[in-house]
Amino acid sequence: MSQYVAVDTVGVAEATPDEKQPWAELGLKEDEYQRIREILGRRPTQSELAMYSIMWSEHCSYKSSRVHLRQFNEKNPRTPRLLAGIGENAGVVAIDDNIAVTFKVESHNHPSYVEPKQGAATGVGGIIRDIIAMGARPIAVMDSLRFGAIDHPDTARVLPGVVDGIGHYGNCVGLPNIGGETYFDPCYQGNPLVNALSVGVLPRSRLQSMQASGTGNIVILLGAKTGRDGIGGVSVLASATFSESGEDDARPSVQVGDPFTEKLLIEVCLELFDAGLVVGVQDLGGAGLTCALSETAAAGDGGMHVDLELVPLRAKGMEPHDILASESQERMLLIVDPAKAEEVLARAHRWGLLATAIGTVTDSGRLVVDFHGQTVVDVPPKSLADEGPVYNRPIAEPNDLGLIAVDRAETLPRPTTAEEIRQTVLDMAASPNLCDKSWITEQYDSSVFGNTVLGTPHDAGVVRLDERTGVGIAISLDGNGRFARLDPYLGAQLALAEAYRNVAVTGATPIAVSDCLNFGSPEDPHVMWQFERAVTGIADGCQKLGIPVTGGNVSFYNQTGREAIHPTPVIGVLGVIDDVARRIPLGLGRTGDTIALLGTTHEELSGSEWASVKHGHLGGVPPKVDLDHEMKLADLLSRLAETEQLAAAHDLSQGGLAQALVEAISFSGMGAQILLPEGADPFTYLFSESSGRVLVVIPRGQELAVRTACESRGLPITPLGVADANTDGLHLRDHFDITRDEIDAAFKGRIGARLGE
Amino acid sequence: MARVVVDVMLKSEILDPQGEAVLGALPRLGVTDVASVRIGKRVEIEFDENAQNVEEQSRVIADQLLANPVIESFTVSVERDPVEAA
Repeated sequence: MSQYVAVDTVGVAEATPDEKQPWAELGLKEDEYQRIREILGRRPTQSELAMYSIMWSEHCSYKSSRVHLRQFNEKNPRTPRLLAGIGENAGVVAIDDNIAVTFKVESHNHPSYVEPKQGAATGVGGIIRDIIAMGARPIAVMDSLRFGAIDHPDTARVLPGVVDGIGHYGNCVGLPNIGGETYFDPCYQGNPLVNALSVGVLPRSRLQSMQASGTGNIVILLGAKTGRDGIGGVSVLASATFSESGEDDARPSVQVGDPFTEKLLIEVCLELFDAGLVVGVQDLGGAGLTCALSETAAAGDGGMHVDLELVPLRAKGMEPHDILASESQERMLLIVDPAKAEEVLARAHRWGLLATAIGTVTDSGRLVVDFHGQTVVDVPPKSLADEGPVYNRPIAEPNDLGLIAVDRAETLPRPTTAEEIRQTVLDMAASPNLCDKSWITEQYDSSVFGNTVLGTPHDAGVVRLDERTGVGIAISLDGNGRFARLDPYLGAQLALAEAYRNVAVTGATPIAVSDCLNFGSPEDPHVMWQFERAVTGIADGCQKLGIPVTGGNVSFYNQTGREAIHPTPVIGVLGVIDDVARRIPLGLGRTGDTIALLGTTHEELSGSEWASVKHGHLGGVPPKVDLDHEMKLADLLSRLAETEQLAAAHDLSQGGLAQALVEAISFSGMGAQILLPEGADPFTYLFSESSGRVLVVIPRGQELAVRTACESRGLPITPLGVADANTDGLHLRDHFDITRDEIDAAFKGRIGARLGE
Repeated sequence: MARVVVDVMLKSEILDPQGEAVLGALPRLGVTDVASVRIGKRVEIEFDENAQNVEEQSRVIADQLLANPVIESFTVSVERDPVEAA
């Protein structure tokens, strides 16, 4: 037992106040370290130092973002639908009197760069556990991905790995992947973005809390054994021990997940919740036991006592700080009434899962952790979870803002002849960001459970919640780093407006938002300026739209050297649809149906895909956002879905009208005869990326009704032509024809071909 | 002719779900005294007769193709032709 002699206990810490500690190596600033000493009235033990360094890190404490994220709470519209909001594991919104849904998007960017497959897989696993922790059954996943240039050699390593990881975890755990987005831009070369979303459904009565309340209640660790996964920075505390024991030299901060264990976790947790056996629950994510113990204790009303040697371990010789910092996957922490503890352990065992009582809730107000009878942690839990440092970091508007704004894409040379425009349509359809993404999405199961109503490539994923009533939800996940680079406030609102519109296009009514904010280093005042502007844009936008931000996460330090990624707020919008049988799909309806455009096309090319693909250009001012218009549009679309007066609808975004037509034709197998409005400049009309526009297909006989519905709301509608099964591809009258084969040859099979597969 | 055997294993601190699954299945066979199962892969490479730098080349193959050095470690062992060795 000699290995326990060296353990740094509270007693040792009191006796050796001057011992030098590696706080700087653990990422703590000197004043932060001094504050820890003040809080404790002594130097921290190794385990305490590890816990503070983790909980006070940017990732866990939101120390740079917190002052700005307050805006969400201040501006969030009040809605009786919101059952749990920011600060919980995931936001929960009511669907009706009985059921609620919970959803959240979270980043797993850095791990996915280091080890793409496992990084992305554990990203999916982590977000699923957030959903379980709210008392919900996970029912679907989605992902928003950004990579470097598609022809960069490292993209061929990162992208297939990430896609493999998402597919592996989601498919094995048995959740449909119902959509998302994939973009390429050199700014993400060393910092790919992997943002994973999960959504779950629960009876409102099953909503769970993370509170460790009730003195005497038992703390149970459920799920996988604890190993040396992702110990990362904390390993500096153990460097001597490691070299002595002759372990592998590298201690990678990579975790490997096991989706089959996760599936068991889902089933066990739901069974325990239904049987009313659980007082509080928290998933173990980024900061492992450290985070789960301190957050549940801080949210509860007392303290907690844990005997750390009871934690089942996978590796030999783990020290207390290793156990506390381990990021081993597929674990949950349960707070259980002592009278019910036996039953909880028995039920977990029946599912083949480890469950171990490791501690009790106390009224001491302290989180005390013992290791073989020696106290290694004795801290006020709130000082870890809630009272971390808060920084009001310097903010400075970037110097190049004025220059960027005047460098407008509207002044770039454009194709003028019919043949040049025709070729531009095809070149755009073949470009990495606009081309068909089936190579990726075909690797995901999109229909397990049999409730997926719309998946990729529809604008939003639609899932049925209840077979009897047909009630369902629609979710879309959108971001546009290029727009946000030009103007973070507008860029964030454009992403919000697009996700909102994508949900509305299916006929659903948007009700809630989750966001994943991907930025560079918060220590760069220009990045902080981008962050502040983007958060303000989202908060203002949600206030205007009347839908609350329910949660999400912030990912800073997406930066290599001085080069930060484009500011990339990714917005998830969730909507509700009363009967999924009436959802509006992507497509072209039937022969003779009218194709029309809702909204107005302005000459807005700055930040567009055309400027990027044809000129490698990023400058100017992004398209205008009109949220009043978006609300009218959403109201119209849900009304027309209800009355079944639309055969199809498709949001116009990157690539403009040309791309929307390419997608509708390619997906539907129909042709389209289009006549642009008199006087319209064909190039602008086809490639402008003005927001607030939707391509709709109106069944024969409904044209007047739809036009009247638009006019009564003051929404511009422009008839563009008709759908026709006998037209081969796209016939743009007075300009050009593109056959279906030409469209498919340009649009399809690009991703695999570019990756050399 | 040189035969090279490359053994690839997950690093010891990395979870091996496959090994855990086998471990979990052992009691059904009546085997109850196993503490741990780890599963890796064995790759046999046969070089041409006059191949040079066999071990060096094998390390490149293992490092860049057979193993994922972020989460796996490998060993390379060269087995010389028995006749030649004699």
